[in-house]
Amino acid sequence: MSAATRAEYCVIACAEAWRHAGEILASPMGPVPSVGARLARHTFAPDLLLTDGEAMLVGMDGTIEGWLPYRQHLALVTGGRRHVMMGASQIDRFGNQNISCIGAWARPRRQLLGVRGAPVNTLNNPTSYWIPRHSRRVFVERVDMVCGVGYDGAARNPLSARFHRIPRVVSDLGVFDFATPDHSMRLVSLHRGVTVEEIRQATGFELTVPDDVPCTREPTREELRLIREVIDPQGIREREVPDRVAEVPGPAAEGGGR
Amino acid sequence: MRDKTMTADEVVSRLESGMTLGIGGWGSRRKPMALVRALLRSAITDLTVVSYGGPDVGMLAAAGRIRRLVAAFATLDSIPLEPHYRAARESGAFEVMEVDEAMFMWGLHAAANRLPFLPVRAAIGSDVMRVNPGLRTVTSPYEEGWPFGAGGWAAGPESVEEGASPVPAAAPGARGEAAGSCEDGAGTGPHEEFVAMPALRMDAALVHVNRADRLGNGQYLGPDPYFDDLFCEAADTAYVSCERIVDTAELTKEAAPQTLLVKRHTVTGVVEAPNGAHFTSCAPDRERDEVFQRHYATTPWPRFAEQFLTGDEHAYQSAVQAWHKERS
Repeated sequence: MSAATRAEYCVIACAEAWRHAGEILASPMGPVPSVGARLARHTFAPDLLLTDGEAMLVGMDGTIEGWLPYRQHLALVTGGRRHVMMGASQIDRFGNQNISCIGAWARPRRQLLGVRGAPVNTLNNPTSYWIPRHSRRVFVERVDMVCGVGYDGAARNPLSARFHRIPRVVSDLGVFDFATPDHSMRLVSLHRGVTVEEIRQATGFELTVPDDVPCTREPTREELRLIREVIDPQGIREREVPDRVAEVPGPAAEGGGR
Repeated sequence: MRDKTMTADEVVSRLESGMTLGIGGWGSRRKPMALVRALLRSAITDLTVVSYGGPDVGMLAAAGRIRRLVAAFATLDSIPLEPHYRAARESGAFEVMEVDEAMFMWGLHAAANRLPFLPVRAAIGSDVMRVNPGLRTVTSPYEEGWPFGAGGWAAGPESVEEGASPVPAAAPGARGEAAGSCEDGAGTGPHEEFVAMPALRMDAALVHVNRADRLGNGQYLGPDPYFDDLFCEAADTAYVSCERIVDTAELTKEAAPQTLLVKRHTVTGVVEAPNGAHFTSCAPDRERDEVFQRHYATTPWPRFAEQFLTGDEHAYQSAVQAWHKERS
């Protein structure tokens, strides 16, 4: 079996978000997180619940096991038994996320999706982020519109943010978390072939970088087989994260909806 | 019992400029587009539109009919950003009350339940509070765990504050800490603060369902009811368009009674509008017309309106058919 591609390291890094999650709903948004959540369910997190992208809870073979229309989905969020991985058009060093607009909100330079469910997600269930194209346009010092609440906003509102948690941020370059004294972003691991310098160059704020940064773990042979033959035989993951060594120009990520 | 059937134009004749209008469906799914198109044929404008936004919002925004929008997003689903909404927003064409998807839902519930607001754990810490300076918060009046804690039913919040509670003085703090470390989210917080989502009470609601009878009982046959029943309950008047009007008895001949989503006491008018959600999806009757949606998304609004929206609904459906034929 050929070596893992960058997209496949990203899949592994996303899947790891749901390790030890137990019997909760995994809500991945975007191709790579979706492959990751299904890989987790196939292997080390078999109790996860997954949707078909609409209103059905489905097993790995597509068998319907439950019904989750939007009204129940939005209520499930407040119960907390869910870990969502959203996109981010912008994210800052405290994990504030923006998918609403670029520029001044009153008259945006670029209207994006809108806040969607980010405000309720971040105050109620663990919320991680997936950024398919790590750049200074996405990793900014301050987001233009706070949709998903970051650790600074949570600290200012402790009585409303008691369930706030951002377990991880996964990009096409590495994995990040907020396990620092002031809950600012920290580099956790580098995908194979990526350097710390490359990440620093692509990040618009000062990132905490430990002395010894490990590589994102290798997929096992069985995981690679599942990804390539069972979960994503069409290779949608490779279109979201092309396998490359050098940076190539392309459109910035704008997704982030449900 | 009253026959509530009417035409889309009759629905619009009951609406006025300046109204607050709720539109059912979600994104580019089961939108009452035939009613929206009828609205576009009228001179009605200056609307406050309340919607889980899709092309309904895009078209009304592009046509300059919206004074104020209440929404959490506007999307075409398979095309993430609604281009006409986006253009209108970037030109500063209207005011927006941008709220979270869950806040929106509880605003509908509040209106349907005749409550001025409902508390929601959302928005606080986000810029939803900044861009909606009128939003207020409420604080829970209860001690953690009441009425199931050691204090029992009799000890209300007042007696706890006065120190008359049988609970030892140290207990509330201890219980608070326990709750703070609790990952599963059970219980409510110690005097937790919530946003008070105001009721989204509307003058009229427009929804599209698969079947309805002449009395206003509406049935959905797809995977998700969205919030169409709530829209009807939260509005002073509600208009239901449907793929097909059937006899009441036929509604439950093949489908379970749980599919009867909209109840007639909340409905003012019923419109038979086959393919009335076009180009949005109306499962299982119709899939989204993706090719046509792409055409809508990539065509400048004036040209699209000129090509498809100058005539009545029949003319629209014919123009769409002709457009498809031309392409094949």
